[in-house]
Amino acid sequence: MADPYVIEGRTGPWELVIGLEVHAQVISQSKLFSGAATVFGGEPNSQVSLVDAAMPGMLPVLNGECVAQAVRTGLALGAKINRWSRFDRKNYFYADLPQGYQISQYQHPVVGEGALEIETEEGARTTVGIERIHLEQDAGKSIHDLSPTSSYVDLNRSGVALMEIVSKPDMRSPAEAGAYVAALRAIVRAIGSCDGNMQEGSMRADVNVSVRKAGAPFGTRCEIKNVNSIRFIQQAIVAEATRQIAILEEGGSIAQETRLFDPDRGETRSLRSKEDAHDYRYFPEPDLLPLELSEDFIEACRASLPELPAARRARYEAELGLSPYLAGVLTADVDQSNWFEALLADSAKRQDKPAKDVAEKAANWMTGELFGALNRLGLEIGESPVSPAQGAELLALVADGTLSGPLAKQVFEIMLETREDPGAIAEARGLKQVSDTGALEAAIVEVMAANADKVADYRGGKDKLFGFFVGQVMKASGGKANPAVVNELLKKALG
Amino acid sequence: MAVDDKMVLRVAGLARLKLAPAEVPHLTGELNSILGWIDQLQAVDTGDVQPMDAVIPLTRAWRADVISDGNIQADVLANAPQAAHGFFAVPKVIE
Repeated sequence: MADPYVIEGRTGPWELVIGLEVHAQVISQSKLFSGAATVFGGEPNSQVSLVDAAMPGMLPVLNGECVAQAVRTGLALGAKINRWSRFDRKNYFYADLPQGYQISQYQHPVVGEGALEIETEEGARTTVGIERIHLEQDAGKSIHDLSPTSSYVDLNRSGVALMEIVSKPDMRSPAEAGAYVAALRAIVRAIGSCDGNMQEGSMRADVNVSVRKAGAPFGTRCEIKNVNSIRFIQQAIVAEATRQIAILEEGGSIAQETRLFDPDRGETRSLRSKEDAHDYRYFPEPDLLPLELSEDFIEACRASLPELPAARRARYEAELGLSPYLAGVLTADVDQSNWFEALLADSAKRQDKPAKDVAEKAANWMTGELFGALNRLGLEIGESPVSPAQGAELLALVADGTLSGPLAKQVFEIMLETREDPGAIAEARGLKQVSDTGALEAAIVEVMAANADKVADYRGGKDKLFGFFVGQVMKASGGKANPAVVNELLKKALG
Repeated sequence: MAVDDKMVLRVAGLARLKLAPAEVPHLTGELNSILGWIDQLQAVDTGDVQPMDAVIPLTRAWRADVISDGNIQADVLANAPQAAHGFFAVPKVIE
């Protein structure tokens, strides 16, 4: 096992203890307790029902799909699904919370303990415990910079379903925290319970950090609220741990509090406005029945799960013979992974071979040529100008000798521009590899006639000149000659 | 369990209720009477009784995941003391 991650202080090394609460927006058409739409970016206050606006007398009615999404996420994390759970009111006042309370799950969450296997970029594997997942409502959005005298409130987010996924304090380094969020994101995206879009805020994390000397009990933790990228999570952890170490080494003690991370200054600062915030006076939500799940419902959720990233990765290694590196790259993101699945299936069909015989070439082409091109063009896999079927056709044309490696690269560049099929491009632009011996023999005769002195030198023992003749014949064919055929014919002709 | 004036003031603060000093001892007394009745109920042995979640038989009254509401911006904003550009306008909240 690698050395544990530590931060060196004046008094020696300090270990970090990290736990994460990830808020993931549930993918659903309508809100957790109302029939208003959830799509991002609507006119202000247009996706709001009177329930979301907390008009007196309005009653919440639970959206079953949101429950299913939380249960599916729990099952994907191998977690215990609680057959009986309950909603509670979490009371606080804020301008974007019209009810004056958030409906959440406090003592009895819908999902209990689970675990997530993670692997850091350095390849270290470990398991992070999941404490619980509960369902809750999102608040509205306050906008402070549109008017000099007022804050504006948009309730379109109000009542959208969130899953709060709480880890155990099992992470010991920024790298592990980053790997945990990446693994969680890959899973919710793969099963379609959250789109994982951290920029739009559909996934964000509260980060709990404390420090201790090796073997000591946990120190007092601070919670850094609402961090919205993996890089910021990692920076916030280092900044907060460094701050705590400085206080402890001066003989001070850590006050348990809520803090904010300021990415511009690379430091965390106290959120004094939340001082009272921990007194939420939770009590059971009287407007909702307890959430009871039947075995049939849970089994239907389980049956709806697709192949999970970790299982797919293991299958790629075991059944397709892909390297752990390629298998990891191709299963890190569900959109890329599904593109590869389509490429692989079509390649196997076109070449009439089992998938494992075409997998490595397909994987290398996709991670090399295609990812390189998309990167250059600044496109996501979903925007690729080349479809999986066109990619498979290109690979098939290489496999049957119609295209050489260099010709395939040329055809691929044209595909990126024109979106045409590779076969049609090769045909129309005369880019097919020439394997016709008659045409090549004629070219060889010409090359030999034009270089009679070199032919004599070669026959006199200068073997190295063979490469020169191959080059000349390739040139004469405009780069389209099949090199293997040229080699064979040249050997005969030069004797 | 009993509450004192300090606790009453704290709960009032969390609930955004402004109490005149003279009201506090009166409310403390009222709350303590209520808590006294609860204490009386605690004396009943409920060890063998299942907690009751609801007085009607439980049904899963779930909603289908369809969009059936919204697009009523004018109604939503109708009671707002101030609104602008489709938003509620509230006194500036400074973080």
